[in-house]
Amino acid sequence: MDLKSLTIDAVRSAIRERRTTATALAEAFYTNIERDDPEIGAYLTLSQDRALAKAGEIDRLAEKGDALPPLGGVPVGIKDVMVTRGVRTTAGSKILGNYIPPYDCTAVARLEEAGAVVLGKTNCDEFAMGSSNENSAWRPVHNPRDPRRVPGGSSGGSAAAVAAHMAIVALGSDTGGSIRQPASFCGVVGLMPTYGRVSRYGLIAFASSLDHIGPLTKTVKDAATVLRTIAGRDPMDSTSADLPVPDYVAELEKPVCGLKIGVAHEYFGEGLDAEVRAAVEAAIHKLAQLECEVIPVSLPHTKYAIPTYYILATAEASSNLARYDGVRYGLRAGGVRTLSEMYRRSRDQGFGAEVKRRIMLGTYALSAGYYDAYYLKAQKVRTLLADDFREAFKKVDAIITPTSPTAAFRLGEKVDDPLAMYLADIYTVTADLAGIPGISIPCGETKDKLPIGLQILGRHFDEATVLRLANAYENAA
Amino acid sequence: MKVTEQDVGYVAELANLELTTEERARLVRELNSILEYVDRLNELDTSKVQPMTQMEQTYTTAKSVPGAKDFAYAGREDIVEGLRKSLPREVALANAPDTDSTFFRVPKVIER
Repeated sequence: MDLKSLTIDAVRSAIRERRTTATALAEAFYTNIERDDPEIGAYLTLSQDRALAKAGEIDRLAEKGDALPPLGGVPVGIKDVMVTRGVRTTAGSKILGNYIPPYDCTAVARLEEAGAVVLGKTNCDEFAMGSSNENSAWRPVHNPRDPRRVPGGSSGGSAAAVAAHMAIVALGSDTGGSIRQPASFCGVVGLMPTYGRVSRYGLIAFASSLDHIGPLTKTVKDAATVLRTIAGRDPMDSTSADLPVPDYVAELEKPVCGLKIGVAHEYFGEGLDAEVRAAVEAAIHKLAQLECEVIPVSLPHTKYAIPTYYILATAEASSNLARYDGVRYGLRAGGVRTLSEMYRRSRDQGFGAEVKRRIMLGTYALSAGYYDAYYLKAQKVRTLLADDFREAFKKVDAIITPTSPTAAFRLGEKVDDPLAMYLADIYTVTADLAGIPGISIPCGETKDKLPIGLQILGRHFDEATVLRLANAYENAA
Repeated sequence: MKVTEQDVGYVAELANLELTTEERARLVRELNSILEYVDRLNELDTSKVQPMTQMEQTYTTAKSVPGAKDFAYAGREDIVEGLRKSLPREVALANAPDTDSTFFRVPKVIER
């Protein structure tokens, strides 16, 4: 069985037609992991017992000739910021090095109810803070397309697992671009749904008004299938939208001719690599050939997105990470005499440099005397950014941009300059700030054979149009 | 606004982080560099702009049915075990570094 070409449909039909079993498939993926993951570093924890138990369940259904659930037997990796009951979950951090969650993330539970086989927890930047997966407390992830380079972040492990055939589907999280950017660096599909489309219950919080869960897959259809499974109201997350979930897979078939696609010049300016520009422009041309109407739009506040993001996200993070105090779970420093010492030393020992930097920045932005100048100001600029999209979406149905200004950079290249690292997010943070959905799909390679990502942004709750355009492009390319 | 070592010390206290001298010095540089970049937000006149505190209906781009509330956060009845039972005690204590089987145990709180 050629693992490299497997999609969700291929897995289900192979199991249904008895050409393989869910158990054999899980074991084959574990063999791949054993052979290739020492070099890549995509996984932090493997959950063989859980995987094989689910695979066995699916095999029993297949033996009886019963219908297989929508993700029956599909091997999946789960980013280690999503809790999995009984399976160690670290958020990529030493402060949760020994944490065994007593509950499951809703998105994971929904995948498993649909038959998915959870192979393990994928590596990520610590608390999802990073754009290169070099901030994992455990080890960095290497890009399967060129192991000297980063896979992107913070869902680097998930992107690498799918790209290296160590999972067919992975779940990632996106706060400033962390699903889309690694997808573009690793040459896979990465979908960030609308804020509130997928429950955040069980997602270890980084920035609560910006966090999203979404799938990384090899094909757009697989992303649509996963979204259909995990989306929908969850009483455990009051920010999850009480809206019906369309059949995203059926929606793929609708034609794209006549759709208006916007091109914003602010995403094609200085700093954009020439090869990335050429690939994205070629993709826009291809969509025009599919009879989409290309319309210039302007998103004038784009250049204020990064400073806005780094104030709001770090402020929210400083609050969300206050819970890591060594009291109820996680790392507790030894040799401390007082409670206060215990808090400070546990956090100092448990958190990495980037996490500390962001907590400090966020705390400063919220502190008395600075709250208005930084946090309140950033919230107002966030409104302006959201308004940019509201104006643009009066004229177009989707906006096409590069996902990232460059292809994957080398390990170590940006670690000494935090600001340079933050600027890598320039095309992705705007969608998180506005709450709109976005997908990254492969659209070519550089001359060094590094993947280039095309980003398609859509209206709130209009993942159907985003997926349809992505699917049409994928089929035409 | 320039961040000083004193500011970093104060913020570290607020954030419950015990920083080494090197960390403190590095953070002074890094915070200044980042905040200098963030200062460009002051190029914008936001005197008449509402702050976006959460994703709300006001900001939606969805082509909704008029009156639809795409972002309407629902509440629930405030009843005991309204959604599900609480974690059993031993499960809640299972990850704790130190307990007496009933409570989480921590060092004494001492006046600083």
